[in-house]
Amino acid sequence: MKEGTWNTQIKKNTKKLAIWTMLWTGSMALATFGPKFIWDENVALTYLAVIINVLLGIGMILMNIKYINCLDDLQKKIQLDAMGIALGAGIVGGLSYTLLDTTNLITHDAEISFLVIFIGVTYMIAILIGQKRYK
Amino acid sequence: MKNRLKVLRAERDLTQADLANKLNVSRQTINAIEKGKFDPSLPLAFKMSKLFELPIEAIFENDEMK
Repeated sequence: MKEGTWNTQIKKNTKKLAIWTMLWTGSMALATFGPKFIWDENVALTYLAVIINVLLGIGMILMNIKYINCLDDLQKKIQLDAMGIALGAGIVGGLSYTLLDTTNLITHDAEISFLVIFIGVTYMIAILIGQKRYK
Repeated sequence: MKNRLKVLRAERDLTQADLANKLNVSRQTINAIEKGKFDPSLPLAFKMSKLFELPIEAIFENDEMK
């Protein structure tokens, strides 16, 4: 990579990742609410919406890999630490949450969305801690 | 690991941002290396060595080797 081009590349990749994430989130919303509010439970359209959602999800994952590969040594370390914490917290928290449901210690059913939010929040906090540690 | 990055940078009248730009890393990374909070990878150490025209051991000093 040419001298000084790294910053531009990072900005470009961050923008691309944000676009892929927005597209995937939008397709998720479409696949979730479309059958009820837009196409009146049409099975073919629902399949199409789910396939589009999966394809955009794969695109987002590939873009995330490209984004991480472009980061420098320290940024990769911060990301790796945060991912490790989020994955660990997700597994431990997720299984404990499921256990609470199967043993009827909580009155409601365990929802996957809670776990996704939990992993996301843990990841963001771990990134902030990492940024502060190496400031 | 101790290093002479701050001194070498000052001798060449470079800011942290200038050095980061030349090495294609963030300013935060240069700052963390200078403060000894983070050790660079071998490829980055070689880049520094090439930039300062010095052997790696003239830039970094391994505490464990003492």
